[in-house]
Amino acid sequence: MSSRRDFLKAGGALVIGVSLRRDAMAQAQGARGAATPANQPDARQIDTWLAVHSDETATLYIGFAELGQGTTTALPQIAAEELDLDVDRINTVHLDTTVTPNQGGTYSSASIARGGPQIRTAAAEARKALLDMAAARLATPVDRLTVAKGVVSVAGDATRAVTYGQLIGDKRFNLAFSGTAATKPVSEYKIVGKSPARKDTADKVTGKYVYMQQASVPGMLHARIVRPRGQGAYGSVARVLNVDESSIRSIPGARVIRKEDFVGVVAENQWDAIRAAQQLKVTWDSPRSLPGSDGLYANMRAAQVQDSVVRERGDVTAALKSATHVVKQICNGPYQAHAPFGPNCAIADVKADSALVICSTQDIYNLRTGLARLLKLLPDKVRVQYFEGSGTYGHSCHDDCAQAAAILSQAAGKPVRLQFMRWDEHGWDNYGPAHVGEAQAAADASGKIIAYEYHGRQHSWCTTETSDQLAFATAAAERPGIGAQGINPLTLASMYDIPNLRLINHKLNGLQYLKGAWLRSPLDLSLTFASEQAIDQLAHLLKIDPLEFRRRNIKDERWLGVLNAAAQAAKWTPRVAASNLSTAKIVTGRGIGVGTHLASYGGAVAEIEVNRETGRIVTKRLYGAIDAGLVVNPGIVEAQITGQLIQTASRMLKEEITFNETNVTSLDWNSYPILRFDESPEVTPVVVQRMNERSSGAGEEVMAAAAGAIANAFFDATGVRMDQYPMTPSRVLAALKKSP
Amino acid sequence: MPSYKIRVNESDHSVTASPETPLLYILMDQLELKGPRFGCGLGQCGSCSVLINGTEARSCMTPISSVGNKSITTLEGLPALYASQKKLGKAPDFHPVQQAIVDEQAAQCGYCYNGMIVKASELLAKTPQPTDAQIRTAMNGHLCRCGTYPRMLKAIHRAAQAMSGGAR
Repeated sequence: MSSRRDFLKAGGALVIGVSLRRDAMAQAQGARGAATPANQPDARQIDTWLAVHSDETATLYIGFAELGQGTTTALPQIAAEELDLDVDRINTVHLDTTVTPNQGGTYSSASIARGGPQIRTAAAEARKALLDMAAARLATPVDRLTVAKGVVSVAGDATRAVTYGQLIGDKRFNLAFSGTAATKPVSEYKIVGKSPARKDTADKVTGKYVYMQQASVPGMLHARIVRPRGQGAYGSVARVLNVDESSIRSIPGARVIRKEDFVGVVAENQWDAIRAAQQLKVTWDSPRSLPGSDGLYANMRAAQVQDSVVRERGDVTAALKSATHVVKQICNGPYQAHAPFGPNCAIADVKADSALVICSTQDIYNLRTGLARLLKLLPDKVRVQYFEGSGTYGHSCHDDCAQAAAILSQAAGKPVRLQFMRWDEHGWDNYGPAHVGEAQAAADASGKIIAYEYHGRQHSWCTTETSDQLAFATAAAERPGIGAQGINPLTLASMYDIPNLRLINHKLNGLQYLKGAWLRSPLDLSLTFASEQAIDQLAHLLKIDPLEFRRRNIKDERWLGVLNAAAQAAKWTPRVAASNLSTAKIVTGRGIGVGTHLASYGGAVAEIEVNRETGRIVTKRLYGAIDAGLVVNPGIVEAQITGQLIQTASRMLKEEITFNETNVTSLDWNSYPILRFDESPEVTPVVVQRMNERSSGAGEEVMAAAAGAIANAFFDATGVRMDQYPMTPSRVLAALKKSP
Repeated sequence: MPSYKIRVNESDHSVTASPETPLLYILMDQLELKGPRFGCGLGQCGSCSVLINGTEARSCMTPISSVGNKSITTLEGLPALYASQKKLGKAPDFHPVQQAIVDEQAAQCGYCYNGMIVKASELLAKTPQPTDAQIRTAMNGHLCRCGTYPRMLKAIHRAAQAMSGGAR
């Protein structure tokens, strides 16, 4: 392991935030030659996590990627706290299978929840080791030493001091965790719980930051993939009937690379590659494998399913039969795209017995295993390095693009940089799956929710990337199990005190539909669209204010915390929903919702305007509260809440993947509109800080609440319930027309 | 392939490219600039924005043959452009819009911020004290997928204040 880190320091070029010029990258790469053996670093060694340098800075080796969510600021904060070192002295490096530890991939908003404790322990162990060294150096027992800003001194005698850099500077600890290093009590925190500025912002605004789409290696060819415009069904992968290479004769710099049904072009000049990919005549066998988006929900309702009871208690059937008030709410929820602002890009340099792949994957170790299989190399001969692309919000085409780059490089015998085009990223995404759901809820005369049942239909997530399918005819397969790819028992009414409850998952066959994977807060927006409207329906039937009704049916303090925080931010005053209807052209409404993804708590209020003549909905104000336990950097979580609320508004009002019987037709920002500046709401984020609770996720946990709030706001404004989203103008007008 | 002389960030460059090559790829590959970047290649998102003679243009849709001797300013050149607009002796490290974004902690992934900053700098050069409505209209051609519009709005107001000499 020492050889890897020494190469890293000799290269000196892999610290995030520092501009990576072509030559510096080449130097770093050249210093390593072929990928070094990459046995996974030992997680119980201090050196796996931290290096202290003679210039009084430290490098923290984390396994969580900077996706734009601030991980490379917040995790160093945790280390800074335990080490008593200023946070601006701690840097991170690009994730790299030869350098950084495996913390399990960057998803489920787990960077702080799962990564935090590991970093905290490692930093505490390092501090203990440094204090032991200082005790020897200063001939003073540890319990008479104090540390501040990386300087260890004898208590009461600041002249007897030594710095971290002096103690170990650039040398290895060579120490395993003692298991006895104490972490700081929360009451002594000086850094965690504050909001130091993001480390990456300054370089990002000045053009010094190097995104994946801007990285390069010497001698690389530019590449583009050639696929049908828009995918068909996952299980009916496109087949090439003919490739007419003469069609790009006029672009002599470009050459076709083909492996079975995988087609791409490479060229030294980027524009040549772009032109050639569009000009190349390829005839595809594009079967009619899809139901078409117009017929999607009927198809999903009629399709064969595998049923599983996800949660059950009490006797729902009996309770529904005998209840005073019973309501139903359905949801038709669309496929939605990740649509990263910068389409995915990857660089691969595949040699005879080793490979380097640079990309924006969420999991470098998992990707390495897959690449090794595709390239027929040993995993420890494949090196994967992470460069931040644009925000990905889940499993966009990052792995597909990495695989494609690797396939092209192996065939070309040269390094290849592959940039997905806008239509590639939109058309071949692993979408957030469509969902058909029905919630039934019942209350007694006193306003207590006594029964709840939910049926949800969707398919699971794909495990085979398109490049793999095309080049190797690898069969389309779905991820087993239910988990987050099925209906989520935490989002579905878990916050309410309901004695009789049943949640049933109906799994569709994913091979007959579009590719699916996790999209920020997977399925939850569809779930609360139905569920929180059902809860609201009960409140309305009973003529109770929606906030008051929820308060009466929630016992959990933390759920009440976010519910009340959102309501308070919105200055919510009691009023029964839809009790203030107007026939004006523009009507206003407000709604409230609660929801989560996993372990955190989300509450939201939405204030909207509806134009009854055009059907246009505008979110005017959104309020979102998250309780994520101990929040390391509240400023970053406020930004996350803001982004989540905007994205939820976009997904509830505008976003929908459309497709005909052969292919997806949402291929650019015109055919897949998202929320823009002119319709963007004012946003109030609230962090419900709980310093004595375990940290949990904050990257997606208020979206479900906001989805419910927006749907409920529409009812408040119009007296009409929407069954389908996005709530586009034409759907709104149709719903308003249908209603008396 | 023809040769073109272009002026970028107050420097002259000689580049060789086929005439219809979009300016974006010249700036990225030959000049190795990190400001303008690829987002859609269709002029829809604003990722690739540059200023051409002070007016925002989509470099992914601007053929190199159309540029001529116009002055191109990228993200990197905004501080110097600001200095010349305000007749300052020295270019600051950050254009006020860049500084405001750091102060407001507006960026998340930051990928759209090349376009946002270029467009906002054009707006503030032409409309020093824009209203919310003017900002929203001017910026509406620039998408943000992370959802940072609210903080970007604040940052533009903050920059406007700083540029008019007001403290915030």
